[in-house]
Amino acid sequence: MDMRTPLAKVRGLGSAKSGTEHFWRVRTTSLALVPLMLFYVVFLIMYAGRPYAEVVSALANPFVATINGLTVIASIIHMRLGMEEIIQDYIHSEFMKVALLILNATFSLVVGGLCLFAVLKIAFAG
Amino acid sequence: MANVTNNRPLSPHLQIYKFIPTMAMSIVHRITGGALYFGTLLVAAWLIAAASGEDYFSQVNWFFGSIIGQIILFGYTWAMFHHLLGGLRHIMWDIGYGFEKEFSTMLAKANLVASIALTVLVWAIVLIVR
Repeated sequence: MDMRTPLAKVRGLGSAKSGTEHFWRVRTTSLALVPLMLFYVVFLIMYAGRPYAEVVSALANPFVATINGLTVIASIIHMRLGMEEIIQDYIHSEFMKVALLILNATFSLVVGGLCLFAVLKIAFAG
Repeated sequence: MANVTNNRPLSPHLQIYKFIPTMAMSIVHRITGGALYFGTLLVAAWLIAAASGEDYFSQVNWFFGSIIGQIILFGYTWAMFHHLLGGLRHIMWDIGYGFEKEFSTMLAKANLVASIALTVLVWAIVLIVR
């Protein structure tokens, strides 16, 4: 006899409550990051160390700003999920594991938020 | 009560197995992932400094322009390429291809060679163009 409710059966998420979402998000963000990071790393090599005015005007370009914003969003999600996997694999003390998972989520959100703000500020206000 | 989990046999760990290319590249994939996680901090610092005005920016930017900064950036580029190519191998396996022993070993070696070649190529092109 199946004890699950009809809703639980439809969702198909099992006892872990999240199904394959973690796996799926890692793969989708990784595919998005292929073109984004290729652009981003070339941009970084080209402009790191260049004068302030030159860098800011390059970052303010609408195309560059859009790519930068998308790169920040995709990479923040991807790196948070990746670090989650590393923590779950190697940290066996339950307290430490939960603490690091929270730290990882917080760190990713803060860094991502700051980067997005920086990208938008340069794009709109210079 | 005795701790029953204490004396259970452990599953074999890394040092038990013979070191092979696919295994090495799997480990490097995880290490480059971790390195990129923290390398992103440097990129973030550069981006945020650019949004904070010329004084902040010149300090951070000086570091990126220095020889140490450029070496770190070169390493970041390599880690990115290695992780990107490794990720593509994983996508290939996910959709069910490339599990043959000879092929996956060849691809693991190619991953390392291609990541170095692409890093050098991209840096060479950018330095010539700029």
